[in-house]
Amino acid sequence: MSDYLIQFNNVSKFFGKVIALKDVTMKLKKGEIMCLLGDNGAGKSTLIKTLAGVYKPDEGEIIIEGEKIVFDGPKDALDMGIATVYQDLALVSLMSVTRNFFMGREPLKGLPFFKTFDLEKANKIAAERMGQIGIDVRDPSQAVGTMSGGERQCLAISRAIYFGAKVLVLDEPTSALGVHQASVVLKYIVKAASQGLAVILITHNVHHAYPVGNSFTVLNRGKSLGTYNKKDISREKLLSMMAGGEELDKLEVELKEINRLAN
Amino acid sequence: MSTKSKSIHAKNIFNQDDRLKKVSPLRTLLNRPELGALGGAILVFIFFGIVAGDTGMFSAFGMLNFFDVSANLGIIAIAAALLMIGGEFDLSIGSMIGFAGICIAIPAIYWGWPLWMSIIFAFSMAVIVGYFNGLLVVKTGLPSFIVTLAMLFILRGATLALTRLITGRTQVPGLRVLIENDPIAWLFATDTFKWFFVWLGSMNLIDLRTDGTPLATGIPPSVVWFIFLAILSTWVLTKTRYGNWIFASGGDKNGATNVGVPVGRVKIGLFITTAVASTIFATIQVLDAGSADTMRGSLKELEAIAAAVVGGCLLTGGYGSAIGAAFGAIIFGTVSMGIFYTDVDTDWFKVFLGAMMLIAVIFNNYIRKKVTESK
Repeated sequence: MSDYLIQFNNVSKFFGKVIALKDVTMKLKKGEIMCLLGDNGAGKSTLIKTLAGVYKPDEGEIIIEGEKIVFDGPKDALDMGIATVYQDLALVSLMSVTRNFFMGREPLKGLPFFKTFDLEKANKIAAERMGQIGIDVRDPSQAVGTMSGGERQCLAISRAIYFGAKVLVLDEPTSALGVHQASVVLKYIVKAASQGLAVILITHNVHHAYPVGNSFTVLNRGKSLGTYNKKDISREKLLSMMAGGEELDKLEVELKEINRLAN
Repeated sequence: MSTKSKSIHAKNIFNQDDRLKKVSPLRTLLNRPELGALGGAILVFIFFGIVAGDTGMFSAFGMLNFFDVSANLGIIAIAAALLMIGGEFDLSIGSMIGFAGICIAIPAIYWGWPLWMSIIFAFSMAVIVGYFNGLLVVKTGLPSFIVTLAMLFILRGATLALTRLITGRTQVPGLRVLIENDPIAWLFATDTFKWFFVWLGSMNLIDLRTDGTPLATGIPPSVVWFIFLAILSTWVLTKTRYGNWIFASGGDKNGATNVGVPVGRVKIGLFITTAVASTIFATIQVLDAGSADTMRGSLKELEAIAAAVVGGCLLTGGYGSAIGAAFGAIIFGTVSMGIFYTDVDTDWFKVFLGAMMLIAVIFNNYIRKKVTESK
């Protein structure tokens, strides 16, 4: 058996003539956080959807716990324990914390044909789970709309873990958050990993990724620029790889030129 | 997602320094969707109590009268509310009422079917129409407003054309004689608690006819159905898994789909519900009048939606209550009947209906803001 929970070997995805992903290779152990960095259009979304079972790779293979897997749809990925938390979080802001937590997977009680949604149990579990991550939901019937962005993010992650996620795929979990809230969410992600989950953190924010990641994969224009362990790469190097360092250098030269001409 | 939003909880890691004052029970109540309609209903009763208190409006007969009207509207308003919470509209309710009436009357009168078979036939047609509405909306992704608007014309047109084709007229009378001894019709045509009204009459507590029988004979079937549907819908919405799915489907279709809610199935089920509710409405009215009319139910869809909105349903879906819609229907029913007991010209009823709806929408909008935005 392999040490790795999930492996991508030379995964490629094409849309007609467009190369969305080309030869992406990455692997992840239990308890690790891998940050997937890339600028807009780098292929992050395609990679997420490949992970979530929405797209099938055109080339390469996905190996989960040593076994080659082909997902037939998002449900397959979910059944294998790969839970994706999208940017929209799949939360309904008009509904309560509990109703969101168990949306689509409500615990039932009672006789057949008269089964009711066991709200009492659901409330208890939701409050307990939120409490574990330090969010005191005194009233689990409060609407999610009243929660802060960070709390919502944590709720979505907590829900994925409760329903048996082994690999947690997080799509830009901190992009809409302020500094304080982002740090709380990041702390929670580290905590989740320490409990044995593998986390794939997709972001374009190196400052959020660097402190929490064990390894970093940089995507640029659909290609992986390699996976690096933290000790092998500095924050600055990551930043320049991600943004296409040369491009920034070129920009600097051009700006100087404009300034020179203006003077 | 707002980054400025603040948590409302003490001891919360996101805002350790924030302390929350306890939310009063009144505040919690204010956030309920049906509150506005409940308040409105109470105001309406107080108003007519003062203006028409001594006119017979609040006699047993008068009350049954306006509760009957309210209940009929309520039956379709509750179904419309469930559908609205699920994020869709059904404008074909009124046409479905006319269609269902004809589906009962023509087989029973012209084809010699027993009445119960005609009633079952009408309900089967309702399931088919509802399923078709739902399937079209779900599969095409078109707004239900457009799809059911088309169905409004198609059904009304078909009702009129088929009836004229088969009977040569637009009305089908002669049903009353078939009701007796029918195994199903009594469900839609029997007054209940008759003994109670006889007793009230014998105690001289309610008005009597000259022959000594009470003027108000019993609770009409519409009221029984109305109460039954209000309780059933509230139970489904708040206590069952399907209820959670209705809220989720209307609140955020994509989010609900992503966590495994069968949104399409939920919506199709709700369209079937509105068509079936229209048929319950139609059956009661057809058996009560003893005849079916091709124009029956015109504009009822708009009244049903208005009652649902007054009852706290958001036009955008995901929020509302069945009880609220029931109160909305009571408001409209009471005013439409009560206005006869006052000096006000009945022409003003529609003005009231519109104004009431406007106020409700503004109020609901305010409530939604409060619910979805952090304090």
